[in-house]
Amino acid sequence: MAIGRPVDVAAEIPEATRRRRWLAAVGEFCRQRPLGAIGAIVVVVNIVVGVSANVIAPYDPLATDYGAMLARPSAAHWLGTDAFGRDVLSRIIYGSRTAMLVGFACALLGATIGAVIGVASAYFAGKVDLLVQRVMDIFLAFPLIILALAVVSILGTGIVNVIVAIAIPMIPRAALVSRSSALAIREMPYVDAARAAGFRHRRIILRHMLPNVMAPYLIMLTAYLGQAILAEASLTFLGLGVSEPTPAWGLMLRGAAVQFAESAPWMAVFPGLAISLAVFAFNLFGDSLRDALDPRLRAQ
Amino acid sequence: MTLSRRLGAAVAPRRLLVLAAIPLAVLLAGRGADAQDRPRYGGELVYVVPTEPASYDGHREGTFALIHPLAPVYSTLLRFDPTDRTGTHVIGDLAESWTIAKDGRTYTFKIRRGVKFHDGSDLTSKDVKASYDKIVNPPADVISFRKGQYTAIEAIEAPDPTTIVLRLKWPAASLITALASPFNWIYKADILAKDMHWYETHVMGSGAFIFVEHVKGAYWAGKKNPNYWDKGKPYLDGYRALVVKDGSAEVAAVRGERAHVQFRGFTPAERDSIVQALGPKVTVQESPWDCVLLVGMNHERKPWGDRRARRALTLALDRYQGSQALSKIAIVKSVGGVQLPGTPYATPPAELEKLAGYSPDIAKSRAEARRLLKEAGVPEGFSFSLKNRNVPMPYEAVAIWLVDQWRQVGLQARHDFIESQKWQADLREGNYEVAVDTQCSYAVDPDLDLYKFQSMDISGNNYGRYVDRTLDDLYQKQSRALDYEERKKWVREFERRLLDEEAHYAYTLQWHRIIPHSVRLRGWTITPSHFVNNQLDGVWLSE
Repeated sequence: MAIGRPVDVAAEIPEATRRRRWLAAVGEFCRQRPLGAIGAIVVVVNIVVGVSANVIAPYDPLATDYGAMLARPSAAHWLGTDAFGRDVLSRIIYGSRTAMLVGFACALLGATIGAVIGVASAYFAGKVDLLVQRVMDIFLAFPLIILALAVVSILGTGIVNVIVAIAIPMIPRAALVSRSSALAIREMPYVDAARAAGFRHRRIILRHMLPNVMAPYLIMLTAYLGQAILAEASLTFLGLGVSEPTPAWGLMLRGAAVQFAESAPWMAVFPGLAISLAVFAFNLFGDSLRDALDPRLRAQ
Repeated sequence: MTLSRRLGAAVAPRRLLVLAAIPLAVLLAGRGADAQDRPRYGGELVYVVPTEPASYDGHREGTFALIHPLAPVYSTLLRFDPTDRTGTHVIGDLAESWTIAKDGRTYTFKIRRGVKFHDGSDLTSKDVKASYDKIVNPPADVISFRKGQYTAIEAIEAPDPTTIVLRLKWPAASLITALASPFNWIYKADILAKDMHWYETHVMGSGAFIFVEHVKGAYWAGKKNPNYWDKGKPYLDGYRALVVKDGSAEVAAVRGERAHVQFRGFTPAERDSIVQALGPKVTVQESPWDCVLLVGMNHERKPWGDRRARRALTLALDRYQGSQALSKIAIVKSVGGVQLPGTPYATPPAELEKLAGYSPDIAKSRAEARRLLKEAGVPEGFSFSLKNRNVPMPYEAVAIWLVDQWRQVGLQARHDFIESQKWQADLREGNYEVAVDTQCSYAVDPDLDLYKFQSMDISGNNYGRYVDRTLDDLYQKQSRALDYEERKKWVREFERRLLDEEAHYAYTLQWHRIIPHSVRLRGWTITPSHFVNNQLDGVWLSE
């Protein structure tokens, strides 16, 4: 009996049907988890604001106006100005770009490298697993911000270094979660089959096991986004993140904002709100996504 | 007839009492003010010190963190008059008098008799000689931070216990000022003979106060020296310097009346916050500060080796607008050249305006800056790194202003706000393009303020990495000119070459010192240097 060519089932489903299914899934998510949907909307707004900052910001975020230093919120400057006469709203809008850039880069980097290490550790098992897990345990002993502080003090300041500094502490956390999922996958017949077929370890890990830890990976990604934004703001507030005059939320909370906290509270209040809202939204979205993707919670 | 009757019904007895009370109150108030102005004995002065030094040796260190807690313990040969707001008038401390030979090459000091170290031994010229030998000609393993200021000294002699003679290689116009350095503490010769490093870890002087203890990270304490040579002084029973490293906590300490003062300085916003909280219980002294942030341009990096590019950087700065704006939010204020405005060798404003970047016509200056950049082949939007020390006040504020000013001539500066030690190391090694540099002196004096800018093979802290023999020659000429007018002429020429012709460095704005302190603190006068006037022998606390 001749064996025909494998059929790509997905390719046979019409594009319109696929789009309808996806929209239905989104609608279902919104109906069942309204808080998560609100979080998702805020996340999307944040991303859109960050991407189109140069279009929607009313002023150049770096332009100083010494005639309008520490101006109260008004029609000209909705959220007031800072000690250099820079428009606070424009700096928050551009700051969203910095926050999203750092947040997404850290979360992607941390979750991806962590997932690869975790799956590989589960796959190889034995001494390799033992060694990798003990190394991860060492990293896990430190709180995220402490480890990030240590890394940034070694590497120095700047956006790239901050991304690396925040991503590194996320790796062991992601590795731990991915490993636990991968331990079950390792015992699946298709992994045995791949091994029996003589595939290389790299192919088995990357093509057969990793795609199957996608659900925890996505949850980690969204959870880490909020953490990364908060960590970036914290590092910057401590003077170890990005430097002035770059618009960044954490940066807007330090220096003159502290000095003039009593006489010009808008300098700190609005960027503080932006950080809180973004982190809250990412956490809401992440939690709802976890609930939606977890079969046990879905059943409940 | 009673007095009230004679005055008539219009003046009631109670009113009469009030009328009588007014002159009495004025009289009493006068006596009260008099009592306030008269030094009062007793009490402990409490002040805040924002940081701590690496060692206890004044000859080795260059920080106020050492001067503020330990200057009260030591004596110096000469000192700056504690009542002089300019911080330039030199008086004797251990030196009772001095004479200068006509050729300006021999200085003879008479040392006070009866001065004792805190261990009870006599202080003589032998101790002064040993201390100055350590400062001027230190052994190889001993660091002397300011030895470069005494290169004119050829020999130090102590012919008898009360005489010190300094012989010079050439006349030095600034020597008296340099000898009044608040860091040049007189140590005991016998101790130095045994161990040159003893004073790095121990404290023993002859000043108005005796060292009690230093609890690292917490406080320094000193008590009154009953055997101080200036009879009747000090007035205080003692002092306590609290180590408070956080800026907000420093303000809170003064605002909450846990400390009488912090002698370094506060920002305008911090001043306002303290004044608002304490009202009449606080008084504020302000002064131009002999510290300035400079723009250092690495001549070994393109395009900063080209004087046109360097001139463009200074031409882009609107110093007058910057002064108005930044003085509201930072500790910078005056626009000046190489000398603090208002001091003897400072260039008057009208003459200063002729230098590159000092013209009030900023549009014209910026057009010239653009022209020079184009001529030097620097493209529009050229990006470079501005290395800066991660100290918010005033480094960050000034850097934000600089970045904004350069944007207006088409230059994009990337602000690298790095840790202090790395910043210092990068500047020393020439690992930078453009950097925020600093210059701070203990007295407004051309030698002290200009030394830094000599060629890199002469000055250890010329981070511009240039060699300019014309500038070196001008430095020597002003340094050896004993006539005021002649010296002024050379200082102006030096300034013109440094800031205009070659634009090796660009001056930003002079710092401004703001000291809000308890009204109880008396007998202390602000000066343009936070290194000066910390011996506390004339300070007292009012009722």
